[in-house]
Amino acid sequence: MLLELKNVSYTYNKDTSFAVNALENINLQISEGEFVGVIGHTGSGKSTLIQHFNGLMKPTDGQVLYMGEDIWQEKYDLQALRSGVGLVFQYPENQLFETDVLTDVMFGPKNQKLSPEECRERAVNALRRVGLKDKYFTASPFDLSGGQKRRVAIAGVLAMNPKVLILDEPTAGLDPHGRDEILGQIRKLRDEMGITIILVSHSMEDVAEYADRLIVVNDGKIAFDDTPKAVFAHYKELEAMGLAAPQITYLMHELKERGLDVDINAVTVSEAKKSIEKALAGRKKH
Amino acid sequence: MLREITIGQYYPADSILHKLDPRVKFLGTIVYIVSLFLVKGFAGYALATVWLAALIILSKVPFKFMVKGMRTIFFVLIITMLFNLFLTPGETIWSFWILKVSKEGIIQAVRMGIRLTYLVIGSSLMTLTTTPNQLTDAMESLFSPLKVVHAPVHEISMMMSIALRFIPILMEETDKIMKAQIARGADFESGNFINRIRNMVPLLVPLFISAFRRANDLALAMEARCYHGGEGRTQMKPLHYAGRDYVAFVLLAAFLAACIVLHIFGGGWI
Ligand SMILES: Nc1ncnc2c1ncn2[C@@H]1O[C@H](COP(=O)(O)OP(=O)(O)OP(=O)(O)O)[C@@H](O)[C@H]1O
Ligand SMILES: [Mg+2]
Repeated sequence: MLLELKNVSYTYNKDTSFAVNALENINLQISEGEFVGVIGHTGSGKSTLIQHFNGLMKPTDGQVLYMGEDIWQEKYDLQALRSGVGLVFQYPENQLFETDVLTDVMFGPKNQKLSPEECRERAVNALRRVGLKDKYFTASPFDLSGGQKRRVAIAGVLAMNPKVLILDEPTAGLDPHGRDEILGQIRKLRDEMGITIILVSHSMEDVAEYADRLIVVNDGKIAFDDTPKAVFAHYKELEAMGLAAPQITYLMHELKERGLDVDINAVTVSEAKKSIEKALAGRKKH
Repeated sequence: MLREITIGQYYPADSILHKLDPRVKFLGTIVYIVSLFLVKGFAGYALATVWLAALIILSKVPFKFMVKGMRTIFFVLIITMLFNLFLTPGETIWSFWILKVSKEGIIQAVRMGIRLTYLVIGSSLMTLTTTPNQLTDAMESLFSPLKVVHAPVHEISMMMSIALRFIPILMEETDKIMKAQIARGADFESGNFINRIRNMVPLLVPLFISAFRRANDLALAMEARCYHGGEGRTQMKPLHYAGRDYVAFVLLAAFLAACIVLHIFGGGWI
């Protein structure tokens, strides 16, 4: 098991009158090569949850294990853990600080004490992987567009060669085209390099399209943990949590109710299209 | 990690002290600080203690919070006490090498310790029960006579309230950026002094950029809402004295009078 949370709870401002139970008794296992989507309404505890994976937050209760080892045992090398588990925060472009893009991306590898040539190579590779054109490598990160900055920030974490890449809403504030591009590149990282991906998102459509496992967080607890299809079958319960299934789920249910024999478990547009065409073709025969 | 600092923090509660007019609390705090340096003798310090204890109970703020504020000044307190202990000339009781402890030194150290502790607790009592906005309103109102001599009272109080408003935001921002850089392997804790300062660059650059951006946005937002300085500007929640405020003023005057009396006639051990 790559990552494991055992009975993890986290309380902000513990022992004060402002105490907030952000996580309650979370049990979770993540294996190598998975693409996990994490979804939940605002304030449900997603960001708190993912910061436990790389030891940025220490659970007030419970254990976090990386490759079977408790990361909070004495003398555990948290620096090494953070090389293995890369975390890209919400609006990561706010962390850029260097004078040019390449040097900024090299910050992570430098902290891993790699040689300058190696740092450079890693940085160039990472930037190409996130689809940033070579001509921007020497530009100041502050002169880039929002979407380009986002890519640079993701590359900054990617350059550390993590086994797990956690992204907190990497597409917030991007246009649909930029969103698809970034998510497509993230999927490629999993498919081509075998990097385990944990993707926090607000968009049901995105996780339906890209993730093969979906974790739904509700008020600091895990409400569902299953394949997207299986989770969306509970769309009534999701609504009660202030979430919604993808639009397609509603369409398919409606069609089924009106007598068209479609697959109600279709969650992406292309799946739905196939299913509807099949149903229509079946109807013509009669 | 940065959230630990409680000096200047507001603690919401429903108490008579919270409801008191902020001007009363501001003046009261000044009177209390002055009185700490006025009183002499056992009776005087007993009075200051009783007054403070009564206010703490009235405020409904857990005592733990005030002690937490103390932690930040603990070193200043210890150093002040040590200086007083060793450097006050007088009847030597104990000496070692170049260090001499005198009877007067002990008394002076205890006195300074008590004064500083009470001073910090007393003023944190004010900030714990008064929101920063109320406090700046109070100052603007109390110092408004200075407008006659063209002192920029409104501008200063506006700057203060904006600065106070930004402290928690900047702290949160610092926390966020710090975490993001730690996730990239940054190390803010080890290394020698020079290295540590150099390691702050990845934190400070984004922090300044975001602070400037926020300042810019705020200026724009204020202009968009037709902010044009203090001239003719009214307040959303104007301050009015209520019955309890007059009662508080009377009590405060009585306390001050008692302190002055004790200053003149007091004596005793300390
Ligand atoms: N620094 C903090 N101090 C106190 N409470 C906090 C802090 N950070 C988060 N919380 C609280 O913890 C809960 C979970 O917050 P978290 O940031 O994990 O939510 P989230 O699911 O990431 O939300 P979003 O979708 O808006 O990013 C919320 O109720 C929030 O108010
Ligand atoms: Mg979040």
